[in-house]
Amino acid sequence: MEESTYRSHLLICCGTDCVSSGCEEIKSALEEELANNDLADEVKVIETGCHGFCEKGPVIIAYPEGVCYCELEPFDMAVIVKEHILNGRIIDELLYQEPLTEESISSYKELDFYSKQQRIALANCGYIDPEEIDDYIANDGYEALGRVLTEMTSQEVIEEVKDAGLRGRGGGGFPTGLKWQFAHDAESDKKYIICNADEGDPGAFMDRSLLEGDPHRIIEGMIIGGYAIGADEGYIYVRAEYPLAIERLQKAIDQAEEYGLLGEDIFSSSFDFKLQIKEGAGAFVCGEETALMASIEGKRGMPNPRPPYPAQKGLWGQPSNINNVETYANIPYIMLNGAEDFSSIGTEGSAGTKVFALTGNINNTGLAEVPMGITMREIIYDVAGGISDGKEFKAVQIGGPSGGCLPKDKLDLPVDYDSLIDAGVMMGSGGLVVMDEDICMVDVARFFLDFTQSESCGKCTPCREGTKRMLEILERITFGEGEEGDIELLKELSQNIKDTSLCGLGQTAPNPVLSTLEYFEDEYKAHIYEQTCPGGICQNLLGDYIINQDCIGCTTCIDTCPVDAVTGEKGEVHEIALDLCIACGTCVDDCPVDAIVQE
Amino acid sequence: MESLAELRELKEEVKDQQADGDKPEIIIGMGTCGIAAGARKVLKEILNEIDKRELDVTVNQTGCIAMCEKEPLVDVRLPGKSRITYGNVGIDNISKIIVGHVVNGNIVNELAIAKLND
Repeated sequence: MEESTYRSHLLICCGTDCVSSGCEEIKSALEEELANNDLADEVKVIETGCHGFCEKGPVIIAYPEGVCYCELEPFDMAVIVKEHILNGRIIDELLYQEPLTEESISSYKELDFYSKQQRIALANCGYIDPEEIDDYIANDGYEALGRVLTEMTSQEVIEEVKDAGLRGRGGGGFPTGLKWQFAHDAESDKKYIICNADEGDPGAFMDRSLLEGDPHRIIEGMIIGGYAIGADEGYIYVRAEYPLAIERLQKAIDQAEEYGLLGEDIFSSSFDFKLQIKEGAGAFVCGEETALMASIEGKRGMPNPRPPYPAQKGLWGQPSNINNVETYANIPYIMLNGAEDFSSIGTEGSAGTKVFALTGNINNTGLAEVPMGITMREIIYDVAGGISDGKEFKAVQIGGPSGGCLPKDKLDLPVDYDSLIDAGVMMGSGGLVVMDEDICMVDVARFFLDFTQSESCGKCTPCREGTKRMLEILERITFGEGEEGDIELLKELSQNIKDTSLCGLGQTAPNPVLSTLEYFEDEYKAHIYEQTCPGGICQNLLGDYIINQDCIGCTTCIDTCPVDAVTGEKGEVHEIALDLCIACGTCVDDCPVDAIVQE
Repeated sequence: MESLAELRELKEEVKDQQADGDKPEIIIGMGTCGIAAGARKVLKEILNEIDKRELDVTVNQTGCIAMCEKEPLVDVRLPGKSRITYGNVGIDNISKIIVGHVVNGNIVNELAIAKLND
């Protein structure tokens, strides 16, 4: 009868396994906690044998509720006594939870991030070990090369690429098959094939991920390209800022040589091919093909006028073919699955997929390989998970410094080469920078101009001087010193630079300015004529920070101000010394009552 | 490699080897994005944990799987089961993944992102 006077019974498992996982400590902690709360006479602690639940031990079963608490630590005892015994509340965090079964986890294909993706170039990235050639071979690697070398003529390979409708993934979108045809038709006993891995757009990292994640795919694509045009030597031009990509590429080349997939008489086809890496020093202009070839030759990386095109007179004066990393990554797929399969993906004018690097104010930053023709809205809202922090979409920058910005009403634009050109931007290499409402479009244009201006090689005047002048105007506007006529002058300069620059760098440098002028001219006008920055970025156009009467005198802003510009007594309204204030906004973010505003 | 037939032979051989792997496998995303997010520390901690518990586990690396936001990414594949991907893995989570999943076969709820069916 005595037993029934206890209000609770706590059963502690003290089987061998639980003893080893610490039930002794649990028991003494529990007893101590009960004694501290004068509950020793009301709660009975009972040691039991194994509950059969050893991997979740130590375990306590509490009666009369019959609740089972698992994986306990001595410090949990205070909670059990206070919450469960005294307050009668069941502690969810300590309850046993059914382990998640495989079935309840969504597969990759069911994730929003992947459901609209279609992986061709990235097929192996993140799945195979990039440093193991066997892993690549197990996933159909070098099968395409084997078939090409043993079953196809070079012309047949070119026809297949033409029929597939593959276009250059580096930005220009020139048909790859046609490019190969030109190099194939050029007469010479020495030709070169080059891979442009000089990825330099701010926010772009597709090529790096490909080279790091699946280097053999690029090598296979290049060997096939070499066979098609009749080149026995290839270069991969990759920037030295990508040390891991270089390391993995070199390992992959060594392995391919060891297997006889690079070298002489590959697959006993009497086709020879060797490949080497050339590290670039990181100049943006070296992504331009003639500058890239000059750089490989050991000359200063500067562009040359075309024609002659590389297909006629390229590296060391020999016919050469240059393609981007992602372009080569598509080749093994086309050879394995056929032109028809490839051209059925994407749109009529833009076949296949495109890899985008998703960055900016979005929830899922990362890489996305999507079929061409998908809308920008699907990429941003479905794949990238929408705008972060619940903010509004304002613009998306596509194509890096050569591209431009698209506004909200262009979100339903299909993403393919030609639609983008029509909208005044370009595919570029595939960087997508998504921007929310808190961005100033004039400042964005200034940022990109600042980039192209400092990357201009200086060889031709329009690019060297023109971008400099444009940058000066943009800086003036963002400083609040814009003048009437600036917008017209920017447009005129842009057109002149586009028309007269020597290479693609200069010819596309004004694009960020032109596209922001087209879609966000109001913002330029607000800066120039109203002296305001609608995005709230250009500090010179924003008023001084002041503290209003809502201030509760909590001193938070005094503590966080990096330049000690805020003064005041606790409990009284604080004040900002405007001569010291650098308008960094730290106090605004930290103020608990939003009492700091801009006048 | 003298012929296509030889390549195909090797392919089947590797596939067979991978198919009847009887050891648990841990795969760590070691692209630049993963490494920048701390994948090297995670790898080291995984090796420590395996060593400490004297487990027979294969540890491999892979490249970027594109979910850069969720790096470091760690995959666990038990023999005969799907490959489970864990995201935003820190060194504090390693013992939980190893004890919970690798040793006891229970997927760690709060870190699992997705499964990959081979």
